Amino acid sequence: MAGLRALGVLSRITVRHRYTLFSARTHVNYEVKGDVAVVRINDPTSKVNTLSVHMQKEMAEVLGEVWSNDAVKSAVLISSKPGCFIAGADINMIQACKSAEEVTYISQEGQKMFEKIEKSPKPIVAAINGSCLGGGLEFAIACQYRVATKSKKTVLGTPEVLLGLLPAAGGTQRLPKMVGLPSAFDMTLTGRNIRADKAKKMGLVHQLVDTLGPGLKGPEERTMEYLEEVAIECARGIVNKKIPLTKEKGMMQKVQDYVMSFPFVRNQIYNTVQKKVMKQTKGLYPAPLNIIDCVKSGVEQGSDAGYLAESQNFGKLAMTTESKALIGLYHGQVACKKNRFGVPEKEVKTLAILGAGLMGAGIAQVTVDKGIHTIMKDTTLEGLNRGHQQVYKGLNDKTKKKSITSFERDTTLSNLTGQLDYSGFQNADMVIEAVFEDIAIKHKVIKEVEAVIPPHCIFASNTSALPIKDIAAASKRPEKVIGMHYFSPVDKMQLLEIITTDKTSKDTTASAVAVGLKQGKIIIVVGDGPGFYTTRCLAPMLAEAVRVLQEGVDPKKLDSLTTGFGFPVGAATLADEVGIDVAAHVAEDLGKAFGPRLGGGNPELLKTMVEKGFKGRKTGKGCYVYQPGLKSKEVNMELNDILESFKLTPNPAVSSDSDVQYRLVSRFVNEAVMCLQEGILANPVEGDIGAVFGLGFPPCLGGPFRFVDTFGADKLVEKMRRFEDVYGNQFTPCPLLLDHAKDPSKKFHK
Amino acid sequence: MATMLLKSFRSNLVNFRAYQFALITTCLVLLTAKSKKTLAKPGVKNVVLVEGVRTPFLQSGTTYADLMPHDLARAALQGLLHRTGFPKEAVDYIVYGTVIQEVKTSNVAREAALGAGFSDRTPAHTVTMACISSNQAMTTAVGLIAAGQCDAVVAGGVEFMSDVPIRHSRKMRKTMLSLNKAKTLGARLSLLGSIRLAHLSPELPAVAEFSTAETMGHSADRLAAAFGVSRQEQDEFALRSHTLAKKAQDEGLLSDIVGFKVPGKDIVSKDNGIRPSTMEQMAKLKPAFVKPHGTVTAANSSYLTDGASAVLIMSEEKALAMGYKPKAYLRDFVYVSQDPKDQLLLGPTYATPKVLERSGLTLADIDVFEFHEAFAGQILANLKAMESDWFAQNCMGRKAKVGAPPLDKFNMWGGSLSLGHPFAATGCRLVTTVAHRLKKEGGQYGLVAACAAGGQGHAMVIEAYPQ
Repeated sequence: MAGLRALGVLSRITVRHRYTLFSARTHVNYEVKGDVAVVRINDPTSKVNTLSVHMQKEMAEVLGEVWSNDAVKSAVLISSKPGCFIAGADINMIQACKSAEEVTYISQEGQKMFEKIEKSPKPIVAAINGSCLGGGLEFAIACQYRVATKSKKTVLGTPEVLLGLLPAAGGTQRLPKMVGLPSAFDMTLTGRNIRADKAKKMGLVHQLVDTLGPGLKGPEERTMEYLEEVAIECARGIVNKKIPLTKEKGMMQKVQDYVMSFPFVRNQIYNTVQKKVMKQTKGLYPAPLNIIDCVKSGVEQGSDAGYLAESQNFGKLAMTTESKALIGLYHGQVACKKNRFGVPEKEVKTLAILGAGLMGAGIAQVTVDKGIHTIMKDTTLEGLNRGHQQVYKGLNDKTKKKSITSFERDTTLSNLTGQLDYSGFQNADMVIEAVFEDIAIKHKVIKEVEAVIPPHCIFASNTSALPIKDIAAASKRPEKVIGMHYFSPVDKMQLLEIITTDKTSKDTTASAVAVGLKQGKIIIVVGDGPGFYTTRCLAPMLAEAVRVLQEGVDPKKLDSLTTGFGFPVGAATLADEVGIDVAAHVAEDLGKAFGPRLGGGNPELLKTMVEKGFKGRKTGKGCYVYQPGLKSKEVNMELNDILESFKLTPNPAVSSDSDVQYRLVSRFVNEAVMCLQEGILANPVEGDIGAVFGLGFPPCLGGPFRFVDTFGADKLVEKMRRFEDVYGNQFTPCPLLLDHAKDPSKKFHK
Repeated sequence: MATMLLKSFRSNLVNFRAYQFALITTCLVLLTAKSKKTLAKPGVKNVVLVEGVRTPFLQSGTTYADLMPHDLARAALQGLLHRTGFPKEAVDYIVYGTVIQEVKTSNVAREAALGAGFSDRTPAHTVTMACISSNQAMTTAVGLIAAGQCDAVVAGGVEFMSDVPIRHSRKMRKTMLSLNKAKTLGARLSLLGSIRLAHLSPELPAVAEFSTAETMGHSADRLAAAFGVSRQEQDEFALRSHTLAKKAQDEGLLSDIVGFKVPGKDIVSKDNGIRPSTMEQMAKLKPAFVKPHGTVTAANSSYLTDGASAVLIMSEEKALAMGYKPKAYLRDFVYVSQDPKDQLLLGPTYATPKVLERSGLTLADIDVFEFHEAFAGQILANLKAMESDWFAQNCMGRKAKVGAPPLDKFNMWGGSLSLGHPFAATGCRLVTTVAHRLKKEGGQYGLVAACAAGGQGHAMVIEAYPQ
């Protein structure tokens, strides 16, 4: 017995020895355990594994050796990184390609490799812990068997569509066979992450493995070992025929298969999906349509046609401006998830929020579940109750969706204190105020707060337009004052705009960014000024929208023009969501700061609406009428009378649908460029991220700066000049934009 | 683990003769060289265990099936009185543990005491702390005596798994409660009409953590995996437990049992869950919780059991004054708690070093170990954890491991795996067994340790009463 074991150890040593001597592989390695080859993936240069050219080359080598080794009967594929199986294909590899053909070639190479794996004579078990996405998932589903851990980090999905691409290594072909047409469409078209338990139900993985706590080693390390042990058992079981690879189909599955065998039914599905995609994307995103096309080719004309469609469509998509824009956003998003101000001196452990309104409670919602003790203070019991209910509901909804347990909800809520006074503020590390947008009230609270907080405590204002330096004027310690502009609804909107004044200390900024990152936000840090960056860009666009309404375009038409351009929410609906009163307030404030350049429609129109109580969704009436329980909304007919009294005659030269769209967008873009020019923005990347994630600038355009790069600054300036002739300086292109128009080689993004 | 120990044991046997003399002398030295001669503390009352009894532990759904929990508790209490001949009116207080509560006898301590013929002037209360409920009852008694409040306290615990409260669904309960308040016939009819089929599905009590919704067996399986405890090791340990229990039963060592006449049935005088099997038979079982690759099976877990236990705890001076010869001193005890998810059943690992420290002993001072065996995998995981410096340093914040108890001193008369585990009755069984084993084996110090749901644990040091 002992002798045998010693032999085993010896052979293992020699095996390792041989491979490290003859081929210095860095990304993929393997070890033979008995008759099972354990193939380990580990990109030493990165936190995640990606299917790079290098990785693929080594994988092909290793698999070749596994197949040719007679002592090996099966293989287990596992990552050495606890949080990541394979996070996808290497985006840089695709971005480096100059032509569609090159990209198609990459796809075909991937297809070939995975086909070999699918037809492997020795069963391969994918042991998944952590993210298994894109190319990683395609790799896994090409294997004969999949075991996944129940870790929260384990997610499976095909997020290619979010980058304007498609799963191009057989994903569009294998998924429909594996999980059925409807689920395959759902996965590939939404790109959403699927948790392990759901994946098991869908048939995407065969077996689940529990995560382990600490034992004789750390939990993560031991969980990985355990996963490997179970996967090895599975591999042996498959070889011994103890584990069948074809699962007996349930009754429901049989019925579904039968129904799906009719071409008529399948066509119905294609049509429904196509319609839904068109409705949601307005035809602005080519990837989803291409995905439907690939799936259809594979199912209807066989896999050869399917694979061909997949690789060719992939090549085409990679060259589209939409994909480039989306990939740009992806990189930007990654960049905005880092703290470029370093580690703050003191971690924020207690955060106090002033005001339990929609914003205040929203901030509490995203804070309290991150283990930060959160104090929510309001002035009235009713306000506090409403805010508390909002936080509870947010958590309870997660419980209903089973992403957290009711127990986790309760322990999370124990981190929240609701109160009417300043007790406990002496322990606060940061205070965020979300009180009414009135400089006098802000000054009052900053004085009250500074009387009770400790010296290191940071005071942040969640204002959307008031300059931070004006607020800081009332502070004894302006270096501790900063702006943290959240977007409503806070738990859904990913952006946080942090505003620093010239007095704000670097540590204060670092701390604010750290809190924002903890809250899961994408962060842009901008300079101080009226409206900062986001509000300042939105204001001229909304002013223009008011003018468009005055010129007789009804709200529904205005909405369809903006959504038709790619905005997820139409301008009229957006105004209702933001609140007409807020819009009026901002318009007035910014109007004072920037003069008529920021004007457009008559600001009195908004004021009249507010006077009549049409403040938007919150009052049930704005541009539209909102009825509780009803999803569809009707145009507010009473608005017509107001519009009638403010009526303007449109100038037919600049009033075509397309002109209206560009009038709205060009003012937005021009203001954004001006922010960069004035140094409000640190770089175009943050400008793009802020516009897309905070204001819903069309993601397919990649943000205002990328839009200028792709559309052409000269063409944009040309359009603006035409509008300028009619409306004056509101359309005057800013000097930086003119620079870019003069020299086409100048780009915001390299 | 077990195999390794067996192996080293065997190799020792080979050289046994050669080292016989040396071994015997070291043994003698070890026996006498305790860190402390006694654990008596100046100014602190000596608390003693006078007697401990239990009903036979039966698999639930067998002979006790038609009883109620307090019936079993009565039997244990009467047995205690009978065996000690203790005057009822001299009992100052009664503390009893239970886990799954019978709604009709929510203070089961009081109902059982009255039914067992104790004085109606003796107050009684019920405690609950999952599998260490009767430990809690005993330490409550110790506290009452040490504080000078009482001189003689009866403690114990009962668990009756043959009948558990199964409730109507919440919806149904709500409807029924509203029905009580409905004044008119119309209102009642409309309420009755609102009952849907879904209302009728009952709510079963689950042996699952409320905080994590994970069943204990599932957690035990994960724990075993975390410590790399194999299926074979677990089966071996379970077999050991059954074999040792059978031996103890056959040799008449389980003298804490008092016979119980079940109305309409025979007198029960033996535990009925002790069933030594073979490794082959046990290997055939499928995992019970983690499927298909789990290692915890029905054969290597403790089973659902009915049973009750009781002990008489007194101040030493009172016991002596009344002419009783105590069995043992109850010394230092601790309660610990830790993460209810990943360390649910590691109570003994946390409690053992703590209680040893408190009493100034080392593991080598302990002659008798009685640990509660919830699952073989749980016990083996605890032994590995206690033997691991990594675990001590990274999870417990200690400098070094406490060390695992030697198996030849460990649960030598069987354990919960074989004798059965009526949740709230097990604690008293452990303590009484330690007292009996100390006497039988001539040891001085014994250690009781147990895990409990909620991620809690307990340990107590027991000192033999001078012969």
